[in-house]
Order: sequence, then C-alpha cells, then structure tokens
Amino acid sequence: MAIAGPQPTSTAAPVVLAATTPSAPPATAPDIRPARLPAGHYVQAFADAAPRYSRSQALVEAERCLYCFDAPCTTACPTGIDVPSFIRRIADDNLRGAARTILESNPLGGTCARVCPTEVLCEQVCVRTAQQGKPVEIGRLQRFAVDAVMDQPISTLLPRAAATGQRFAVVGAGPAGLACAVGLARLGHQVDVFDARPKGGGLNEYGLATYKTAGNFAQAELDWLLGIGGITLHTGWRLQDAAQLATLRADHAAVYLALGLDRVHDLGVPGEHLAGVRDAVAFIADLRQAPDKATLPIGRRVVVIGGGMTAVDAAVQSKLLGADEVHMVYRRGPEQMGASQAEQDWALTHGVVLHHWLAPEAVLGAGGHAAGVRFARQRWADGRLQATGTHETMAADMVLKAIGQKLDAALLAGTGLALQGGRIQADDDGRTAVPGLFAGGDCRLGGRDLTVEAVQDGKRAALAMHAAWAAQAHAAA
Amino acid sequence: MADLRTTFAGIRSPNPFWLASAPPTDKAYNVHRAFEAGWGGVVWKTLGEEGPPVVNVNGPRYGALLTPDRKLLGFNNIELITDRPLQLNLQEIREIKRLWPDRAMVVSLMVPCTEAAWKAILPMVEDTGCDGIELNFGCPHGMSERGMGAAVGQVPEYIEMVTRWCKQFSRLPVIVKLTPNITDIRLPAAAAKRGGADAVSLINTINSIMGVDPATLTMSPVTGGMGSHGGYCGPAVKPIALNMVAEIGRSATTAGLPVSGIGGIGNWRDALDYIALGAGNVQVCTAAMVYGFKIVQEMTSGLSDYMDSMGFKSIEDFRGRALPTVTDWQYLNLNAISKALIDQDSCIQCGRCHIACEDTSHQAITSTKDGQRHFEVKDDECVGCNLCVTVCPVPECITLRTLAPGEVDARTGQTVSANPANWTTHPNNPMRKPVAA
Repeated sequence: MAIAGPQPTSTAAPVVLAATTPSAPPATAPDIRPARLPAGHYVQAFADAAPRYSRSQALVEAERCLYCFDAPCTTACPTGIDVPSFIRRIADDNLRGAARTILESNPLGGTCARVCPTEVLCEQVCVRTAQQGKPVEIGRLQRFAVDAVMDQPISTLLPRAAATGQRFAVVGAGPAGLACAVGLARLGHQVDVFDARPKGGGLNEYGLATYKTAGNFAQAELDWLLGIGGITLHTGWRLQDAAQLATLRADHAAVYLALGLDRVHDLGVPGEHLAGVRDAVAFIADLRQAPDKATLPIGRRVVVIGGGMTAVDAAVQSKLLGADEVHMVYRRGPEQMGASQAEQDWALTHGVVLHHWLAPEAVLGAGGHAAGVRFARQRWADGRLQATGTHETMAADMVLKAIGQKLDAALLAGTGLALQGGRIQADDDGRTAVPGLFAGGDCRLGGRDLTVEAVQDGKRAALAMHAAWAAQAHAAA
Repeated sequence: MADLRTTFAGIRSPNPFWLASAPPTDKAYNVHRAFEAGWGGVVWKTLGEEGPPVVNVNGPRYGALLTPDRKLLGFNNIELITDRPLQLNLQEIREIKRLWPDRAMVVSLMVPCTEAAWKAILPMVEDTGCDGIELNFGCPHGMSERGMGAAVGQVPEYIEMVTRWCKQFSRLPVIVKLTPNITDIRLPAAAAKRGGADAVSLINTINSIMGVDPATLTMSPVTGGMGSHGGYCGPAVKPIALNMVAEIGRSATTAGLPVSGIGGIGNWRDALDYIALGAGNVQVCTAAMVYGFKIVQEMTSGLSDYMDSMGFKSIEDFRGRALPTVTDWQYLNLNAISKALIDQDSCIQCGRCHIACEDTSHQAITSTKDGQRHFEVKDDECVGCNLCVTVCPVPECITLRTLAPGEVDARTGQTVSANPANWTTHPNNPMRKPVAA
C-alpha cells in the first residue's frame, strides 16, 4: 500500500539531505517512467475539458441571458466585452456579429473563452446566479461564437485602417504582445513581433494545460490572427541586452515589451537541484509540445509545490499521465490560493490531494534523486505566516515547483526602465519611464497575471502607442 | 373531487376538453386513442360533400413560431378538410360513437353554399348517431377560395342562411364555428343566433405567413418553391380569442349564446380563462399535436385541483364569473391609482425594469442609489403602467400597489378619492355627461 499522504517526521527514520550529503543508495530507484497507462487512455484524458457547445446548447444557454442594463458581466470583464450583445447575437443566429462584438474588445476571445477564470470574472456577477443559483455560461458561449467564425478570414471581421507606413515592434508573442500587434495592425500600422521561442503564442502555446486549449488551438488562433495582415512574426529572437533594444527602438515608431516572466522562482531550500525536481512551467511546456503524451515520464508519486493555476495544471496533468498519487502543497490557506475555487475543485475531482499551510523546507534525496519533501507547518499569527514547529514529509518520485515566475531583470539593465517588485513599472496604457517604450502583460507591475488582463494591456498599449505616434506626426506637420 | 362533466348545447361529455376539428380527429384510429387518453369529446375533422375528396399538398402543411429552445408559441397550417371518402368517415364515426357512448361526438361540416348540398349531407351525418354538428365557417385557406369556410364566415347573411338550413334539415344541435378574420366578431355571432344556432365555437385560425427564409428569400414554409397563407393558432392566439369570446358574452344580442372556446389552450389555466369568460367548454388542437393525446390528463388534473381548491363543485360554479369584470375603457375608474413596488430582497439587479422605463416609458425607476447599482420606483414619476412588472424576470419581484383612498399620489400631488370616476364624466372629455349631484 502506497503512503497516502503527509507523514509526521519527528519519529520517522531520517532521510538524508542529498544536496549537501551524499546519500546511501536508495532501497528502490525512483519510479519515474512513461506510458503508465494503456495507450488509448491519453488522447481521451487530454481532450477538451469543456467541449464546444452544440448549436442547440448555445441557443438554450443564450436564452438564459437577461440582456441586463449596464451589465455587471461586462463591467467584470477586464477587456470590457459587451457580453449581453454577443449573447443576444448568438440567440439571433448572428454568429459573425457575436464574434465581432467579442473580438473588437478582445482579439484573443477564443483563448480567453477557454482559460479565463470566469467564475471570478463575468460569471461571478451574473444576475442569474442570484435567481437560479447558476450563472449564464458566458465563457462557453464566447467560445461557441468565436470558434464559429474561425474558418473565415479575421480581416472580414476586424478590417484594417488605411496603411500608415509606420512600423512598430512588439517583443513577446504571448497574449499581451499579440493583442498589441493586432491593435496596431487594425490601425493601419506594420508590426514586427519578436519571440524567443520556436513558436509564437507565449503561455497560450507553452503554459496552459493541454485540455484547456485542446486541438492545437493556440497555433490555430495565432495563425488566424496573423491573417489580419501587416504583422510579421520573428521567432527564435531573444532579447538579451539594452543595445539590442536600442536598435529595435531606432528602427520602429515605438516598442512594446510583452516579455512575460521567463524565470521560475527557486524554492530556496536544500535539495532543490536533485534529479527529479523540475519547474512546473517547463513540465507543462513539454506536455504541450509532446505529440504523444504516452512518451512523457511521470513519477508514481508527485508533489507539486505552489497554489496557483500553474500548480493545478501541473498536478492535474501529472494525474492524467498516470501518477498514482499527486499532492499539491501550498504554504498558506485555501482562501489565499492563486487558483480559483473552480480550479481547486477541478484538481480535487481529478484525484489531486490538496494540502495547505505547509512550506517546503527541504527536498529529501536518495541516490542523487529526489525521494521526498519535508515541509514545515505554518499558521497565520501576528499578521504574518509563521512556522508552528511541526514538520511533515511526503514521499515523492518527482517534485514540481510552481511557486511563481519572475522577470530576468539583468537583460533590462541600462534600458532606463524602472523596475519594482521585479516587474516593469508602466501605467495602464503601458507607458514606461522611457519614451517610445511601452510594456504590458505579466512583465508589467500590477494585475493578477491573467491572460485576459494581458490582452487588455496589449489592446490599450496599441491605442496609446498609436496616439503618441499621431501626436508626434501632428506636431511635426 | 370536482365534477368536470359538462352539457354543452345539449351535448354531454365527461369533461370540458374536446379535440377540435383538425388532423387529430381525422379518423377512427386517432379518435379511439384520444378517447382512451381521456378526451371528453371530439369534433370530427371537417367532412365535405360526396364525391372525389379534396387533395392536400405533398409538401409542408405546417409551420411554427418557436422559442430558441423550440417551445412552440404559434402554429400555422395549410391543410384542407378531410381528404378521405365521405362514406368511410361516416362509417368510422358510427363505429367510434358506438364504442364510446359517453363521449361527445360532433361532426364538422363544410359543403358548398347551396341548400341542396346541405340537405344532402345532413341526414347521412345524423344517421351515424353523432351528438351534433359544427359548421366550419372559418377555414381561412384553400376552401375559402372555393366559396366555403371563411368565405361564408365573413358574410353574416350566409351564416344565418346556412345555419337555418341545418336547423331545418336536422334535429342535431348546431354549433357554428366562427372565423376571426373579420372586423367585429359580434356580427357573425349574431347571425348564427338568428339562424337558430345552438352555440358558436371560436376562434378558427387566423390568416398568417410564418416568415421568410433568409437564404432563399422565399416565404416559409413553401411547397414547390411557393407558399400560401395558412391558418394561425397555438398559444399566441389565445388573447385574441379570449377577447372575441368576451365580446360575444357582453353583447346584448348574443349574451347567453353557448360558446365553445378555441385557441391556444395548452393547460388548465388556459381552459379556466375561457370558461371564466363564459365558454361552456373548450376545444384543443395544437397542444395535442405537439405533445400527443396524453396532455388532456394534465388539463383535467389541473382543472380539477383548481376547482377543489376554490370550492367549486362544477364547471357552472365559475363559468362566466370574470365576464362582468370586462368593460369598455370609458368606464374604467380613473381614480384608482397604482404604483409599482420593487421587492429589494428578490431583485436580482438585472436592471431591465430601469431601462424599459427609462427608454420607453416614464423615467420612474432609478439605476443607482448613493453610487451603487440600485433599482427603485420613483413614485413621483410612476403612472402604474405595469411595464416593469412585465419585463422583470423574477415572478412577484415587482408588483403594483393600489393606493388607498386618502393617500396622496406623489406624481400628481392629489389625494386619492374613494369615489370612482371615469372618462364619461371627466372634465377633459368634450362629450362628458353631467355628474349626478
């Protein structure tokens, strides 16, 4: 019988800290291997978590919308989508009109429909909840409308203004960068989008659970958005220093930095660099890029450290890959978790065991490989998190770190950009301390690191960059 | 248990729910199943004169007005009278009546507008043992082009003439079915009464075109690329029919004439509407065509429970009870003052009341209070129009409160009078009558 959960360590046999002290050969090698489950299992397990509505489902759900005055859902949407309008248009069989309403506010409406935590945004404030205990399923309706038009050129929905002859640069082809590029393209500009990865899409392509954007959706949406025209995507281009940025700045009317956060926070505990310890972001990226999930090795027992959506995505997918036990461990309480209640429920229904008030203290090793994690129990006292003095240990074949990401501050040295809390200071329109340099998405200070907020950042920045250019052009004339 | 039995125009049936003359009553197979399910009676689908039967189109006969989740609101048809041989129908009517002696068996008839034609068919029908006949003066499509159906029903003199022939050549009770495609229902009803009709039934279907196919830009439905207007029925027509039933009940010339109510009856509440406005029974078609014959069991159950809860022993206990509450606008009490009231506890904050009132009525509902989303009636603007009650998605959340005499109407600043006063004596009415001292 496998060890099912945290074990008190006070009296248990000590496990040696491998990073500092070579350990004895383990009694059993870590159990990490691919293809834990029957071959046929994987396609089903990683399929669409919430499949597209059928037409009749969409019509019935659309009928539940009350077309509220000054609709709370629209106010709650970071991109301000006119939700009652697009739902009404679905009900009216006007899917192009519905999609246009969505895309004008949010060009990545297809992704946001899939990944937005709607339960804390639009659907949280839906008045149907008060009446019927269940909101209108706005996210699923949004997906229905956008998916319905993706076989048509986006230029027929979002036409471009007359060409201005101006070039703008966007660094990072994630949600913020793409929203900015589409916004600039709509205004008639040419846009060069640069991304370090082999594919564009940023976290849409590399950072989300497979079942959230099934069917290679991130690339399909990216290709569709690029169909608007005027946008050139340069992949494999990594921003490395201030000089490179200066060149970019000189060649373009303005530059938008949508760098994301490409470094993962360290646990800062002994044993962190043992084999078998991975960062969850890379784990998820590998999952997304693997055509055959059966080829991915997974531990029999997995411990995921962190309380956000990345932690949930890593934990649930570990389970789907065939891990027997997956423990998701967070140092604070359930209310402070970055993962919404719906995400937590999603993890629980997939058999992930959630633990709270446990902070990692050491990754325990055996034979140079992670064998477990020791945690110090925490409590909230005197306005801060404090160790209670008790410890718990969980056995693990694999440890995934998901305690947040950060910006590689070094590459911004000498750019003149002001950083705070490891992120770039910029106003809501993306204006930084440096004229002509704009920033948004996760690399900008503020926000909840939501995809939909990144889109709004990019959308607003495009308007601000355009306005700055137009003002300058006007002054010159 | 309430007693649902009725005697209508001398015809007895175990409950007031009859199937109307229509496809569900076209042949023995259907009618037998209907009686098994519990229908109180049927009006057999309209028979025509002897000879080659009519033919129907071979494309769509029906069209519908549907909600997005495909609940049927309105229904349209272009089917004609029975397309089966007369003698076959008569034989089956005879057999079914013998099998179900306690059920009402009424036969609908439509023959050319000649005395000979009616004289020929009436004895054959009477010979089946049926309980009565219904004269189809309402069918608005196809047959009307041939001088029958609504073409007769739209000319009161024809109605009177044919009704008189039927009373002359038959001993059966005669029910005259009226078309709503006229300007004043009281005229054909009065004509039927003059001709000696035992009752009228209404309404038949309303001329209708269901819509246009947006891709082909043809009307819908079409058969062979063309369409023709049909007859409209179903839930959407009930209010039109109820008004006509009440008009007949209120008119001095037709008051007391038995009325069989038809139009949009899908449940016991609908039946109650008709009966409380004076109908002696009701006829149903659309609901059966959507749900099947079993639906009558929900109708009888609902009506029976209602009557028990109200202490009504029989249909007659409440028949016509609402009729005296129907009057002409000029007699409405202009001193009765209502104000909308929003129950803040059940309000879900959708704001529909606000925007409806703000955009289209009297700007009498707030949208904010102290900077917060809040919907509240402004008594000094509210005229009590009921629009907010109508658009509110929450039942009973918004109600109309009638001010008591002595209260002040915040809109006009006037004290509510205990004495009713209507337009006939209103100072703004140039035709006003002097107020009795």
